[in-house]
Amino acid sequence: MNSAAQNTPAVEALGLTKVYGRGNTEVVAMKDVTFTVAKGEVVALLGPSGAGKSTLLTALGLINPPTAGRIVIGGQPVLDADRALVNLAAFRRQHLGFVFQKANLIPFLNAVQNVQVALEINDTRPRQARRRAMELLDYLGVADRADHLPDALSGGQQQRVAVARALANQPSLILADEPTAALDSHRGRQVMELFRKVAHERGSAVIVVTHDHRALDVFDRKYEMEDGRLLDRHEAAGSA
Amino acid sequence: MNLAAQDIRHNLGRFALTALGIGLLLMLVLGMSGIYQGLVFEATQLVDEVGADFWVVQKNTRGPFAEVSRLPANLEFRLLAVPGVRSAQSFVAHTIQREQQGRPLRMFVQGLAWPDDKGEWLPLTGGRPLGQAHYEMIADQILGLALGDKVPLGKDVFTVVGVTKGMASSAGDGTAFFTVRDALAIQFDLPGETMRLERAARRHRAANQDFGRVQPELLERAGGPSSALPALATPLVSAILVKVAPGTDTAAVVATVSAWPDVTVHTHEGQRQLLLRGNVDRARRQLGLFRVILVFVSTIIMALIIYTLTLDKTHDIAMLKLMGARHSVVVGLILQQALLLGALGYAIAYYIGQWLYPLFPRRVMITPDDLWMLAGIVLAISVAASLLGIWKAMRVEPNKVLS
Repeated sequence: MNSAAQNTPAVEALGLTKVYGRGNTEVVAMKDVTFTVAKGEVVALLGPSGAGKSTLLTALGLINPPTAGRIVIGGQPVLDADRALVNLAAFRRQHLGFVFQKANLIPFLNAVQNVQVALEINDTRPRQARRRAMELLDYLGVADRADHLPDALSGGQQQRVAVARALANQPSLILADEPTAALDSHRGRQVMELFRKVAHERGSAVIVVTHDHRALDVFDRKYEMEDGRLLDRHEAAGSA
Repeated sequence: MNLAAQDIRHNLGRFALTALGIGLLLMLVLGMSGIYQGLVFEATQLVDEVGADFWVVQKNTRGPFAEVSRLPANLEFRLLAVPGVRSAQSFVAHTIQREQQGRPLRMFVQGLAWPDDKGEWLPLTGGRPLGQAHYEMIADQILGLALGDKVPLGKDVFTVVGVTKGMASSAGDGTAFFTVRDALAIQFDLPGETMRLERAARRHRAANQDFGRVQPELLERAGGPSSALPALATPLVSAILVKVAPGTDTAAVVATVSAWPDVTVHTHEGQRQLLLRGNVDRARRQLGLFRVILVFVSTIIMALIIYTLTLDKTHDIAMLKLMGARHSVVVGLILQQALLLGALGYAIAYYIGQWLYPLFPRRVMITPDDLWMLAGIVLAISVAASLLGIWKAMRVEPNKVLS
């Protein structure tokens, strides 16, 4: 990889605004948000409920386009307001990974199949997909639960499988919405450290929306949102 | 990895029960088709089996299957005199209902032109053709009679000497074959007093007509048995079946006989069409309509099942879409399940039908054409039913995962 490519930010959000409704019912969920996340960086999005964190995250996830602004991922412009500049579904499967508060594993697939399906969707051959899925489960410490259906996994194990699924296609950007909310503090911290490990070892950028202030030290950078705006007082790691 | 198969494996019990339900529904569709075909078969079987080239019936009637047709039996000899006619046989057919061992016995009586026709052409499953001119009968198994059974009909007792399979009238009554004379004796069986009164009335009618007055001998005979008085007696047979000699132009023979002022001629195909358009037409159309309704209902039920199965997977479909799954992945998941459901339902319908249809009181006839048609219908139903589910799935947004 040349240095220009290495210096390209993982994601750039430029003046993102999201407005729901019109006239009297108009609600501004996000207002002129501009920020950048570098490759290998783990970023926390903080703020009270209704601050616009999830709106920003879903906009960056290309599932809830902004009303105005521009999103550039890995140097490639993907959204100009609500106008798609690329095939969004294809871009998501190749470049993005998602983790949510609930693991959202597909209930009729076992752990390894839940990871495998993400790879097969991205045109990886079944045998190769299974091997890679097993590697990821092993990396995340749940290989021994590979053949178990989600119902038979603990919350923490489910979340690890969800992280494995998010990592399957080696995305340049991982978006996580309150991934530790359903976990106890110990397991929550484990998941956060996992994100840090993934970002630093694999070079993916990770943006985590969280209310959990117990594990903020694992983040490289923390942004705070309020009333749809990104506040100026973002903090780099070590300055918290 | 096949998502549809994985989903089915995970919900095997529910899927199996759903397939069973659809199978039973399809069995009704197939059965309705079988009843329809059975009706057509039974209606035309006799005409086909008899194998006459044409039927001669009473003038301006549609023949014995449609209405009363009466012809003098000696018309047979007149027909034999027509060039090109190989054989002419009397045909007698009527339905009777009697009691046999305490249960109603309804049979379609058909006369065989003994001694030329002993019933060798009948599909016998046991026994033999008729061996004598009187007091023997061949019964279809629908009648529930066994070889050697004695059946009192009219003033005589008949012995079952042969059993056929699948010989029924257009109304579904089992056919019993007798000689023409026995069939007539059963048809015109009258109490003694009625016969005495009829003979007296006949003498009176003859005496008041020219030929009775000028032919005293005939007047004397008017008091005797009907069979001795062909000119005065009740017309004897329902139709005459004619076969033409090989190499003869059937149309030319038909044209000759059709020119006679006292009879009407129906060709084999004409008689067949009369049966289909007459006797069984309404039942046939009714069954056909019912079958269409059943197919329609099956489509709706299957569509609702597929739709419900899709609704259950809305969240998973949203997750697949979020991961960037192509439409073909989601469509494949729904369509494959619908097709598998249809295929399983079809197999269940076929196997349960094979076991159940023979228990029906009337013939249920499943032809290969019907099976192919049902396969086509099931395919169409499966695809049509999955459209509703696919439509729903296409409307699922990836951000549904967040809700």
